[in-house]
Amino acid sequence: MKKIEAVIQPHKLEDVKQALKAIGIDGMTVTEVRGHGRQKGHKEVYRGQEYEVDLLPKVKLEMVVPTERSEEVIKTLVASARTGKIGDGKVFVFDVLDVIRIRNDDRGDSAL
Amino acid sequence: MHRLYALALLLPALALAQTTPAVEQKLAELDAAVKAAQSAGDNAWMLTSSALVLMMTGPGLALFYGGLVRRKNVLGTMMHSFILMAVVTVLWAVVGYSLAFGEGNPFIGDLRYMFLNGVGAAPNADYAATIPQQTFMIYQLMFAIITPALISGAFAERMKFSGMLLFTILWTLLVYFPMAHMVWGKGGFLNAYLGGKVPCFDFAGGTVVHITSGVSALVCCLYLGKRKGYPTEPMKPHNLVISFIGACLLWVGWFGFNAGSALGAGSLATSAFVATHFGAAAAALGWLLVEWLKTGKPSVLGGISGAVAGLVAITPASGFVAPFPALLIGFAAGIVCFFMVALVKHKFGYDDSLDAFGVHGAGGTLGAILTGVFATKAVNSALKEQPLGLIDGNGGQVVNQLIGTAIAWGLAIVGTLVILKICDLVTGVRANAENEMDGLDISMHGEEGYNLEA
Repeated sequence: MKKIEAVIQPHKLEDVKQALKAIGIDGMTVTEVRGHGRQKGHKEVYRGQEYEVDLLPKVKLEMVVPTERSEEVIKTLVASARTGKIGDGKVFVFDVLDVIRIRNDDRGDSAL
Repeated sequence: MHRLYALALLLPALALAQTTPAVEQKLAELDAAVKAAQSAGDNAWMLTSSALVLMMTGPGLALFYGGLVRRKNVLGTMMHSFILMAVVTVLWAVVGYSLAFGEGNPFIGDLRYMFLNGVGAAPNADYAATIPQQTFMIYQLMFAIITPALISGAFAERMKFSGMLLFTILWTLLVYFPMAHMVWGKGGFLNAYLGGKVPCFDFAGGTVVHITSGVSALVCCLYLGKRKGYPTEPMKPHNLVISFIGACLLWVGWFGFNAGSALGAGSLATSAFVATHFGAAAAALGWLLVEWLKTGKPSVLGGISGAVAGLVAITPASGFVAPFPALLIGFAAGIVCFFMVALVKHKFGYDDSLDAFGVHGAGGTLGAILTGVFATKAVNSALKEQPLGLIDGNGGQVVNQLIGTAIAWGLAIVGTLVILKICDLVTGVRANAENEMDGLDISMHGEEGYNLEA
């Protein structure tokens, strides 16, 4: 099993969700986060006091999928999240040791 | 025939002569009914105005200031406003109203109205002849509440609650009551209507409310020192949405503040209402214009700050100036106050957290002086046909306004310094470093504004 963690532009969340749904991926956890890579921040001014805001609002998606489906999911995700501009985000892929469904003790792929 | 005519002409006269006592009685009744009707009209507006002015403090100022601080201090900041709605009310009932409006001497009232003795349904003709003195009393109380609340903008996010309480109680007693008496109390040194030595025009509290609070705010933030981390750590307003709601409530409440200061529901109230609104509108535009030119973007915070600055500056002038001078005063205030908070503050490096001095001190001073320029008898006829301001040909009034302004500055500086020293010895004034880091909500009040897990 692979855990796929993607940090994307908030306004691309809906596109990504739709694209994943189309290939049968429904389960995911979404968090509002802040961060930046190579993207530059912006300036905010409050009553003349300037702030450089370099941590920008992003959305983080996390999902765990069977290993054999991971490439397909990654391709779909990347394609649907891409705008081609700096700040589109990144995808991180991890090996997952086990998954347990709390409701009924299901384990491994059947718990996904 | 002639006799008959003469008789016919005499008949009504005879009838009149016979019924004179009845007619007189009727006339007296009518007279009383007219007076009662005017009194009812004036009283309705003054009670409404009293409620509007209270609404400026809570929720108006509490929301405006509350949104400008960091989220860990939102409740503590709102409490700075709210607690005064309770504390100053008690102080006012016991001794405050008397010290402000008892005849006393030119600088402070006497104790004739202590415990509201004799303050009932009968009007006090010196102040407002058509409304119960009790209405006048409760109206003036709302001013005494908001004035110390305005100062809290300067010491936000770092003052100890016990110190803040003691400070504002002493400040209301030693700065606000004397200043209110000097300007509005009978025989007060600066009173323009009731025998003041130096008649100073202050319709709704430019000197009494805004200069005293704004200048005291500057003293407070200098005495307390900067917030930990200012100005290197970001201290962005945590919720400009509630600040926006608060500022708009202030704008609406200000109609009670200024138009209510006519102490009746006549045309002077209308004129003050119009001037107030025009001042706010022009100031919002003035601030936004310079902000747009200087920083490249017109901000919502800039717009609402400008509106408040205009309301401050028009306050002393509202019952004395025509609509177009009101636009001018507002526009000037929007520009001047922008430079005070965006440039002067950073140049000198004092941490006036929410710009109580930059807006109320500077805007109040500007308004007090410009009142002497634009006051006109065409708007306010209370002083009969005397010329009022510079545009009426009375340049001396500007000097009087400067004297009033200087007294307000002096009293605020000296009074606030002495009071802070006392508070420092008794309760301490500054929250300790740990409390400040945790935020005043948890450290002073044991609660949080936003419990997202709840």
